[in-house]
Amino acid sequence: MSLEVEKGTVLGLLGPNGAGKTTLVRILTTLLMPDAGRATVMGYDVVKQAAELRSVIGLAGQSAAVDDYLTGRENLEMVGRLYRMGRRESRKRAAELLEQFSLTEAGDRRTSTYSGGMRRRLDLSLSLVAKPPTLFLDEPTTGLDPRSRIDLWNVIRGLVDDGATVLLTTQYMEEADRLADNIVVIDLGGIIAQGTAAELKATAGNENLTIQLVHRSQFSEAVEALERSGCGRPQGEPETGRITVMVSDGSAALGRVVREFDTASIQFSDLSLKEPTLDDVFLALTGRTAEIAEAESQVDAQV
Amino acid sequence: MNTMLNEMRWAVSDTAVMTWRNVLRYRRSPDLLIFSTIQPVMFVLLFVYVFGGAIRSGGLNYVDFLLPGILVQTTLFGSTQTGVGLAEDLQKGMIDRYKSLPMARLAVVAGRIFSDVIRNVFVVMLMIGVGLAIGFRFQGGITGFALPGVVVLFGFAFSWMMAMSGVSAKSVEASQAFSFMFIFPVTFLSSTFVPVETMPGWLQPVAEYNPVTAAVNTARSLAHGGEVWGWMWRMLAWTLGILVVFVPLTVTRYRKV
Repeated sequence: MSLEVEKGTVLGLLGPNGAGKTTLVRILTTLLMPDAGRATVMGYDVVKQAAELRSVIGLAGQSAAVDDYLTGRENLEMVGRLYRMGRRESRKRAAELLEQFSLTEAGDRRTSTYSGGMRRRLDLSLSLVAKPPTLFLDEPTTGLDPRSRIDLWNVIRGLVDDGATVLLTTQYMEEADRLADNIVVIDLGGIIAQGTAAELKATAGNENLTIQLVHRSQFSEAVEALERSGCGRPQGEPETGRITVMVSDGSAALGRVVREFDTASIQFSDLSLKEPTLDDVFLALTGRTAEIAEAESQVDAQV
Repeated sequence: MNTMLNEMRWAVSDTAVMTWRNVLRYRRSPDLLIFSTIQPVMFVLLFVYVFGGAIRSGGLNYVDFLLPGILVQTTLFGSTQTGVGLAEDLQKGMIDRYKSLPMARLAVVAGRIFSDVIRNVFVVMLMIGVGLAIGFRFQGGITGFALPGVVVLFGFAFSWMMAMSGVSAKSVEASQAFSFMFIFPVTFLSSTFVPVETMPGWLQPVAEYNPVTAAVNTARSLAHGGEVWGWMWRMLAWTLGILVVFVPLTVTRYRKV
């Protein structure tokens, strides 16, 4: 398996739990010895040149690895010293990073008092202490509330704009969509697709047209009207009055559907055309949705 | 040769950073400080006043007999904290951070152990103070000054042993349970609290060859005079032996975590 990340871009590694994302990241960051085979990152062998490799990468993990007994500033200074920077330099870098991650005010509080979002920001800043050219972000926003997630996305985007090269793993399609320049989908330990978000979406094919009827009683008439308008096969539930149909010619289909509905005097409260999401892509590629795959892998883990 | 020297210099620096971190940890967790100060003081008071009257302590006042022993016991009980602290670091994921840094592998364990040495120096001094307040007196003159050093050195060796349990345990609780299952009998089956001669005959050889007895008798003879070297070389041999076995074992084991 070979992953290429162009300098200054983000490669999103997408896949359900148990697909091997975290294992891959742990091997590439020297935390785990590969059982067999070999791996190189930026030309460094992860086993033979582990020490050299460690000084040019940064890792922000799934469970925020910050020291609860120390303050944010002390965490940063400690990591600076362990990167073998001088005392004064470590202190200066800590102040810079606190500033950059809006943690200056909380910098002298113990991290056990931090919120989830603050911990993740500190965790990320710890991986940046030595200004590594390459960053590994392993599910950086798992478990965060939406607001903190968006904050963190902006921070990561900013890092990339400043030239960082990032390998990002995630189970959130939206996250990959927002951050990744290129995406690799892995499942069961192998690559099953790769490309930009747009390319992957194109493989899932068509757009979805969703209609919400005003009168549920008009469900069967609406289905007939949709069939007449030459769209794909309508799917929906009479109980909710919501129908979805795949269309290949986007807005042209929209016009035809509206005209058919008008003629048949079917009222609708909502009509929307949506690009496929990466969730649809994942479904198309694996025959499972990300959530189902995740549930499956959790069951496996318990057995 | 030069790079090796350089590496060693960095390993020392990394260890100093980790020691500082662990000392801060002690200062900031009141429960740990209480465990490591109030508990041993409580032991001294309970033993002196509750058991003291009932124990034949061979010519010495019981408080004089007990204190050198209980200093050793305290550092041994303290050494379980080395294992527990390491197990906690491993569990909390902080270890992934350390392992992704270009720091010396040894420093995480060594920093933990040196911070425990610092704590032991502090606790031993505190307990000698408490002892003096309740009637303990050095009977042996100048050799008494060597007492804290010997006790702390022996505790240092045991810390390495407990560190091995810390990096091997699956959880903090497991490390704690294992440490105490080991430390309790090894401390009590010795001359720490009672003279070995008062134990049943079949048990005496066990206590006699227990390394803890070697350490306690060394400490006792340093405090009150008597045969020092006979016990001291045994204690030093045990200390060296434990270090030779457990330092490489622990570091190798930690690398694989």
